[in-house]
Amino acid sequence: MLHACRALLTVAAAVASKSWWETIAMTPSAPASTDPRIAQVIRRHGARADALIEVLHQVQELHGYLAPEVLREVATGMGLPLSRVHGVASFYHLFRLEPPTAHRCAVCLGTACYVKGGAQVAARIEQRLGVRLDDAAGDGVWALQHVSCLGACGQAPVLVVDGELMTRLSVDPPEALDARLEAAGLPQRTTT
Amino acid sequence: MPVTPQLRCCDASGCRSAGGQALRRALEEARDAAGLTAEALAIKPVGCLRLCGSGPLVACDGPGPSQLFGGVAPEHAGALIAASVAANDGSAAVSDDPLAAHRLDLSDPFFALQQPVVLEGCGQVNPESIDDAIAFGTYAQLHRVLQELTPEQVRDEVRRSGLRGRGGAGYPTGLKWDTVALQPPGPRYVVCNADEGDPGAFMDRSVLESDPHRLIEGMAIAAYAVGAERGFVYVRAEYPLAIERLRLALQQARSRHLLGNHIDGTSFNLRLEVRVGAGAYVCGEETALLLSIQGQRGMPQPRPPFPAQSGLWGAPTLINNVETFTAVPAILRQGGHWYAGIGTEHSKGTKVFALSGAVVNTGLVEVPMGTPLRTVVEVIGGGVPDGSPIKAVQTGGPSGGCIPAERLDTPVDYESLLELGSMMGSGGMVVMGASTSMPEVARHFMGFSVNESCGKCVPCRAGTVQLAQLLDRFVEHRATPADMERLDALCQMVKVTSLCGLGQSAPNPVLSTLRWFRHEYEAACREPAACVAAGGVER
Ligand SMILES: Cc1cc2nc3c(=O)[nH]c(=O)nc-3n(C[C@H](O)[C@H](O)[C@H](O)COP(=O)(O)O)c2cc1C
Ligand code: FES
Repeated sequence: MLHACRALLTVAAAVASKSWWETIAMTPSAPASTDPRIAQVIRRHGARADALIEVLHQVQELHGYLAPEVLREVATGMGLPLSRVHGVASFYHLFRLEPPTAHRCAVCLGTACYVKGGAQVAARIEQRLGVRLDDAAGDGVWALQHVSCLGACGQAPVLVVDGELMTRLSVDPPEALDARLEAAGLPQRTTT
Repeated sequence: MPVTPQLRCCDASGCRSAGGQALRRALEEARDAAGLTAEALAIKPVGCLRLCGSGPLVACDGPGPSQLFGGVAPEHAGALIAASVAANDGSAAVSDDPLAAHRLDLSDPFFALQQPVVLEGCGQVNPESIDDAIAFGTYAQLHRVLQELTPEQVRDEVRRSGLRGRGGAGYPTGLKWDTVALQPPGPRYVVCNADEGDPGAFMDRSVLESDPHRLIEGMAIAAYAVGAERGFVYVRAEYPLAIERLRLALQQARSRHLLGNHIDGTSFNLRLEVRVGAGAYVCGEETALLLSIQGQRGMPQPRPPFPAQSGLWGAPTLINNVETFTAVPAILRQGGHWYAGIGTEHSKGTKVFALSGAVVNTGLVEVPMGTPLRTVVEVIGGGVPDGSPIKAVQTGGPSGGCIPAERLDTPVDYESLLELGSMMGSGGMVVMGASTSMPEVARHFMGFSVNESCGKCVPCRAGTVQLAQLLDRFVEHRATPADMERLDALCQMVKVTSLCGLGQSAPNPVLSTLRWFRHEYEAACREPAACVAAGGVER
């Protein structure tokens, strides 16, 4: 049995794909003008290799995401191989390698939220915005992603809309949920 | 406990999101309008007041017993001020109490059965004021330890307490401290694991947001006990308020020379820094966490060597969970024997649980180890909101399992939960009612593990995907008897052959639901009768 499982696994290993785990192809881009703020961030951390994650956080805050040329600049500035910088940036879920949409929702699908109807909240938002869960491109303006617990489980189910935490959403009746979503500024893109 | 008239307003993130800050401003205005000064009636922001599901919460202290109010809106501010004045001048309560619907009964088991040790200062002190923390007694044990005790004596006390790691595995804390202390001379590090990634867990978040100085004191005592001069607190990025408060607390402690060089006039030096995660569950695993602190991908490493032998930059490193460190000051104050007198033979002291899911009272609960699970979820938690019976309690997050209703009389301790195929984990407890389908829960957790596998070892990377696909067949009612067998076998394989705890424990939610709710899997087959028969042959 174990042997059979192993064979199964080898196949699965080849097809298993995870959006965050796949290395993102580095498209060569035109040499962008360098951003002096990046050098500043690096200097503030004394260019120490162990500060890479902190530097990436701060650079992402400045640029909204970590574009290939930005990663290159960080690598040069910190004296690290680009492969190391890219490896770290692509490993962590919170680093974005693609430009984010202007508006973002994050619905919690952690256990407590799941038990309290988090999946229904997600489905309702997908329907409302006409986007797919965890499709970073969304509709170009709005995107919906999932998170796996925000530590607000006592007020489940929860949702973050553009950085604002919304708690104790009620999924029943759906109109009540719609009213909360409406109030949070989520447009009704599709007819339900 | 202070008897100066005061209103304690929960300013942790839970109550904040329920409008706690607007309420506090309204209270201040109402106090001014009533012609009262801040001395006459203090309005103090505090950390978690426990019953997170009923926020925003306000506690009212006076000469008599404290009162607690929940779900209060800014328009209740005037009535709250009046109530606190009445409580303080002893005038009779008004017959037509406008706050009647908001009064929470502090003699309710939810509060009465709690035994705060780690959470002693949580909800009492202002988390942003070091003066308040010091007035409450924080840093007194650090002071005493530095002046009166040798590192060996500190470790003895911790060993005597029987404290075990609260991050999940339950490793004896005193033993770990000894291991680090007894490594060959050279630099050492202390690290606090505040990555709290288990869905359903919010204990560490509450401690960081409510009483950060207590954690710093515990870490400083630990650093002294093992001979470390540098340390890190690794906090997940999803906890912005916790990070902000911890940074502020560290700054305050430095400015009071409670951190830095020659602390308390001794030769003890300690530098503590915050490191923020970037959203990778596996970084809660200690070897992955240490790599992340060093600015690398958080890939778990085979142990040995253990971090206690070779951790940050190859130096001996003590890594403990938030709750573990935070329990230390009380242990030194009251003595290891005192702590060991609480709890069970092998699980000493108290444990903080985060209660959520299908339960009336959601929030933070600290009870002695060994408290029956039923007491926690039914008596303290109040059971399922609609009064229907509890179906299962999930403990241990994605590494744990679901404990069925018929086992609710199990005492909550490390060993008992393991015997049931679950585990203590970090302390998240999610209550599930009749409407929750167990194969769906198992599928839910497997999706989590697929997402969070770091990809380093094949059994975990590919095995979790396979398991998720198999579980899909049950969720979609198209499973066959062969799927049932494959599910069992694949679980065992992933469990046995994965490199780190994430993979090794990823099958647990499946195994435990298969064990206690096998009939639900059978019923989820395309031809349920065939699955039942297959299961019967196996047994
Ligand atoms: C996948 C995985 C995730 C973990 N997540 C956490 C966590 O979020 N917090 C934590 O304190 N320990 C976590 N641990 C346990 C740590 O590896 C380690 O045992 C703990 O930090 C030691 O501290 P303690 O002895 O005080 O419990 C995790 C372990 C594994 C395998
Ligand atoms: S499970 Fe959603 S906040 Fe914890």
